[in-house]
Amino acid sequence: MTEPDAPEEPVEPVLSIRAPVHLEYRYTAGQASSRFLRGLEQGRILGQRCPQCLKVYTPPRGACASCGVATDEEVEVSGHGTVTTFCVVNVPFYGQKIKIPYVSATILLDGADIGLMHLIQEVDADKVYMGMRVEPVWVEPEERKPTLESIRYFRPTGEPDAPFDTYREYV
Amino acid sequence: MAEPSPALEAPNILEYPYTRTLGPVIGRFMTGLRSGRIEGIRMRNGQVLVPPAEYDPETGESLDEFVEVGQSGLVTTWAWVSAPRPTHPFDHPFAWALVRLDGADTAMLHAVDAGSEDRMATGMRVSVKWRDERVGEIQDIACFVPEEDGR
Repeated sequence: MTEPDAPEEPVEPVLSIRAPVHLEYRYTAGQASSRFLRGLEQGRILGQRCPQCLKVYTPPRGACASCGVATDEEVEVSGHGTVTTFCVVNVPFYGQKIKIPYVSATILLDGADIGLMHLIQEVDADKVYMGMRVEPVWVEPEERKPTLESIRYFRPTGEPDAPFDTYREYV
Repeated sequence: MAEPSPALEAPNILEYPYTRTLGPVIGRFMTGLRSGRIEGIRMRNGQVLVPPAEYDPETGESLDEFVEVGQSGLVTTWAWVSAPRPTHPFDHPFAWALVRLDGADTAMLHAVDAGSEDRMATGMRVSVKWRDERVGEIQDIACFVPEEDGR
């Protein structure tokens, strides 16, 4: 064991290391989500209704998380919905595809009982609010794939705002 | 109920491009590796920690007495990897081992490229094999090799 000699010349100290995380998964959607995703490919938004509490889940997961029973009744919901809550994204991050600031919102589709997360565009980020009525803008039919990206984004419809009582249970 | 059809599958890759700041102690350790030196730090009781820690694990005091240690040492325990995974340092079988370098009182984790499991033993002596181009990270030590291979 020796004491380190003083360095002959000053060296640039190492201050940081790159420590990237890279995780490779293979996602299997399961029956219910696969139906939902194939619906998107056809320009349809499908959900499932719980036989006990009658709530409609979009996207469906095959079971009701509250009742613990299988949800086997398929329902199609309208693309129109209400912004229940939203986030204005102002922070750039690795892999970002959309110009900031942009809005990511939870949208309660008419006929559904759970919010769907998607983008709100064609409106300035600071003009989005709770209760705003929105509709989907789909990609061209031939470009649709079994992914939520088949909906480009949602945009305001200009309909009168939804009263708070119509979505207060979903906020 | 809707007719079942095969469930959809897709790759799902998560990536986080973290950069980690090192602080004065691990920063100096990495700076040493880049220069081909391995430095530990002396605890209040005289023992030498390799890799170094910022605080004494027994008393919690700040530590600042760096000590260069040897580039060979003892394997204190090891595990043979017969089927390396994509992110492992080798695409052939190797060992993960705790190596207590000469002059150190603690062992550090690294890979031992021994060729075959028969050559691994607790208490065996190994030596550092440096990477050709060093940048200041733990992979600057390419691996350890059985001491007789390093000569």
